[in-house]
Amino acid sequence: MGLLDYLRSPGGAGKGSASVAKERLQILVAHDRAARDRPSYLPRLQQEILAVIRKYVEVDNDAVSVHYEQEDRHEILELNIVLPDPESRA
Amino acid sequence: MARTIVITSGKGGVGKTTTAAAMAMGLAQRGQRTAVIDFDVGLRNLDLIMGCERRVVYDFANVINGEANLNQALIRDKRCEHLSILPASQTRDKEALTQEGVGQVLDELGKTYDYIVCDSPAGIEHGAVMAMFFADDAVVVTNPEVSSVRDSDRMLGILASKSRRALENDEPIREFLLLTRYSPERVARGEMLGVEDVQEILSLNLLSVIPESMAVLNASNAGNPVILDHESDAGQAYADMVARYLGEERPMHFLEPERKGLFSRFFRG
Ligand SMILES: Nc1ncnc2c1ncn2[C@@H]1O[C@H](COP(=O)(O)OP(=O)(O)OP(=O)(O)O)[C@@H](O)[C@H]1O
Ligand SMILES: [Mg+2]
Repeated sequence: MGLLDYLRSPGGAGKGSASVAKERLQILVAHDRAARDRPSYLPRLQQEILAVIRKYVEVDNDAVSVHYEQEDRHEILELNIVLPDPESRA
Repeated sequence: MARTIVITSGKGGVGKTTTAAAMAMGLAQRGQRTAVIDFDVGLRNLDLIMGCERRVVYDFANVINGEANLNQALIRDKRCEHLSILPASQTRDKEALTQEGVGQVLDELGKTYDYIVCDSPAGIEHGAVMAMFFADDAVVVTNPEVSSVRDSDRMLGILASKSRRALENDEPIREFLLLTRYSPERVARGEMLGVEDVQEILSLNLLSVIPESMAVLNASNAGNPVILDHESDAGQAYADMVARYLGEERPMHFLEPERKGLFSRFFRG
């Protein structure tokens, strides 16, 4: 690599834009793959559950997380709801 | 029974038609009876790359609509007796290809051909889905560049969920990677994703690496599939591809930057 290339490359020594491309792709592709196996109703389901919980408790927007997994013969839908600390509720 | 091969990519302009023409010609030259079909409704191009554009009378949609029979629409290649081309229609009606119609044409071709190569349009819409639906094998054409790699991965998802084999729980489509427009010099300088990088992300069986080459433009100008240019790097890389597809083992070529001495510059022009 010439001196000019060295100065131009974003990550400094030995790191051309290709390595940035690879890192971004790895994250993006993993994200795409996880998303494409999920049923499309999940985001709405998540919003509605959040709305129901909020009727009873004050929770953050990200209090409900939905995790979906597909195994050979069955699917697992995992809901995780984080309620606020009892003290802060008081 | 014929094997149906789809040449697909998601992203446009990556080299699908170039590849379909080269692969079909390569298979036919090895004595395999081969038909190559253009699925790019409205943007017919395969006939140009194959150099038979002036011999088009009927097209794929005419056959599906019963306006012509298959033999009237198939164009027999003048260079290779085992090769026929079925051109796309120039209609604006994107739904011209029905799943039933495509299936019937493939079945009929399957009686007389060994391989049916389907040149897919870009995108993930109807035409692309029709091109891959009946596939036994898929060649995923990818450029070493972020959006192309991402689209290839999306295409793999579609092959695994929307194809006939997926829907009927049949043995899955055999998927192959073809890396095209590769520039070893730029990879060496860290400017372009290398073959290992792309492999690490897509983890597919690699058929060949086709270098970025002037020979491709020359070939399309002349209407000769680039595989017929035996002297050229791209032509040889496509010949390797066909050989590997048919099960031959060959070392990968054109992965290292060419040492450009004055001498080779002088002779290669
Ligand atoms: N290895 C290569 N070296 C140089 N140029 C290439 C190479 N492969 C393809 N090209 C050029 O890239 C352009 C697009 O190629 P091609 O038509 O085969 O792509 P495509 O994927 O079929 O496009 P579309 O998605 O529009 O159908 C053409 O101009 C072609 O000459
Ligand atoms: Mg094309």
